Amino acid sequence: MNRKTQAAEVEVLDPMTTHPVLIRKTIWENDDTFTLTLDMGDYGQGFRFLPGQFNMVYVYGVGEAAVSISSDPAKPAVLDHTIHRVGLVTTALAQMKRGDVIGIRGPYGSSWPIDCARGKDVCIASGGIGLAPLRPIIYTLIKRREEYGRIIVLYGGRSPLDLLYRVELEKWANDFNVEVLVTVDRGDSSWKGHIGVVTSLFQYIKLDARETIAYVCGPEVMMRYTVDELDRRGIPQTQTYLSMERNMKCAVGFCGHCQYGPTFICKEGPVYPLPRVRPLLDRKEL
Amino acid sequence: MFIVELSDLQGLITALQGNGYAVIGPTVRDGAITFDTLNSVDELPRGWTDVQEAGSYGIRRREDDALFAYNVGPHSWKKFLFPSRLRLFAAQKAGKGFEVDPAPTGTLPRYAFFGVRSCELAAIAIQDKIFMDGKYTDKHYKTLRKSACIIAVNCVRVGGTCFCDSMNTGPRAKAGFDLALTEVMADGKHHFLVEVGSPLGKSLLQKVTHREAQDAEKVQVDRILKAAEDKMGRTLDTQKLPRVLQDNFEHPRWEDIAKRCLSCANCTMVCPTCFCSTVEDVTDLTGDHAERWRRWDSCFTTDFTKVAGGNMRMSTRTRYRQWMTHKLSNWVEQFGTMGCVGCGRCITWCPVGIDITAEATAIRENSMSTLNG
Repeated sequence: MNRKTQAAEVEVLDPMTTHPVLIRKTIWENDDTFTLTLDMGDYGQGFRFLPGQFNMVYVYGVGEAAVSISSDPAKPAVLDHTIHRVGLVTTALAQMKRGDVIGIRGPYGSSWPIDCARGKDVCIASGGIGLAPLRPIIYTLIKRREEYGRIIVLYGGRSPLDLLYRVELEKWANDFNVEVLVTVDRGDSSWKGHIGVVTSLFQYIKLDARETIAYVCGPEVMMRYTVDELDRRGIPQTQTYLSMERNMKCAVGFCGHCQYGPTFICKEGPVYPLPRVRPLLDRKEL
Repeated sequence: MFIVELSDLQGLITALQGNGYAVIGPTVRDGAITFDTLNSVDELPRGWTDVQEAGSYGIRRREDDALFAYNVGPHSWKKFLFPSRLRLFAAQKAGKGFEVDPAPTGTLPRYAFFGVRSCELAAIAIQDKIFMDGKYTDKHYKTLRKSACIIAVNCVRVGGTCFCDSMNTGPRAKAGFDLALTEVMADGKHHFLVEVGSPLGKSLLQKVTHREAQDAEKVQVDRILKAAEDKMGRTLDTQKLPRVLQDNFEHPRWEDIAKRCLSCANCTMVCPTCFCSTVEDVTDLTGDHAERWRRWDSCFTTDFTKVAGGNMRMSTRTRYRQWMTHKLSNWVEQFGTMGCVGCGRCITWCPVGIDITAEATAIRENSMSTLNG
């Protein structure tokens, strides 16, 4: 079957039906976060995704969780999902091994816009596992590094051992001229870097406000402070994008769980232009 | 418009069955008027009415033989189009992996809904927008919906918690039906004025004994329905209401409501437009067979907004606020209409009698915004 036919068939399948795929490997990023690499097999033939989109990941007989794709969009046949082990499904996923089969449906949701960044500086601000949905856009940017100005990655974790993708962070800095600034909430004896919240990293960089596109993902409180900081530095709201998180059951706008004010995060999000969600960020328990 | 005599109404049920429909209609069960399979006119709640107020519902005997002299009960048609439990798929263990059987949609019943009130037509139209008109389609819903036949019944009386007039959804059915009936009992007559809403309705009527309605009979029905409109149990001022609720996100009234609200989810279960659902995954004892089920959920449950980092809505205050703000405000931006049709079910079936019309009014009257309604 050629690729085109397959794609059409994937499209007409029931959006709530999962597709079995093979686990190729599990990499533990820290004590409670791991990256699953999936071999998408036949399902992968028609599978394309954009940076920032997510999948619904199913464990046979246990349940489903919404997880953003953390790998390179140019390689859709092999997908990474970086997962925080916290609930029933993610704990079951943590126990799975190479050769085990899980279910995937997706991709869903909006993506980090890339066209607006061409010829501009890019400032990526992330906290904790929030770096995972940003990794695909970083891969995309460095692939055509010459098309962008400065690329700045600000990243904060709880402690040095909690930091994700440490090897890659160094590689991006060394090989792709990315300005990587990392901070932790609590240091340890080996840590010689910065200590403090993500927003405290802004003191080390100068941004050309009109020429900078910002992508932000992390805990809501971190995003609130970050957009305030970007605002103080004069970055127009229309140049800032952030990725929101809510409970999701269906990912296609039916289940109602992911409502964020008037929006459904699964349909309109997870990536929003800041003006769309700016008034909502200040609303507690929305 | 046409007239069908009471004695000929059975012909309509028979005609629907003859067309292959599973006819569903109102019937008395467990002290309430509920929806169930309907084979005969005799199964309708003949001579019954209901009495509804905030937090109370009861059925009473009438002096006459009216078939439709009551308003909406605890059931709505969503239980048929959007079942409370639905298997989404089954999976079988196969080697190290599993194989998935998608849910079949080929053998679903063709429903004829008999006795759909005007507010419920509006509710069905709202759920159509959610399940059929967006980027994705709920195939199960669409299959059932597209094959359903709708026999509407106009409300010749209104209930104590009704406010369809405020929501512009009744009491007279204007569109979205195949046939619409109005029950007329006067001057020793007992018949139904019938309006045809579709070619299907027309062909059904041809199988039932009927005659053309006289002008006087049409005018009589106009009068009956106008009188019903004037007796609405409640009103809701919807003028700028979406904006008023957005501006009153931190209004003290939410805390006041939370002191009364039990967070029981009754309002969302009886609501004909509430569409939230969750999923349950199960396996059999051998573990070789797994299933994934969808079931109704409610924004009042504790787990509804749980994520890895915590729970987004921790209190009854914020859950009630979400429910009402969604219904009367956010819904408008999402689907171009409010999510409330004024059926009054949430008021009647609230165990502590919280009244959405009263709460919205209280917030408007003490609005924290500069906007005064």
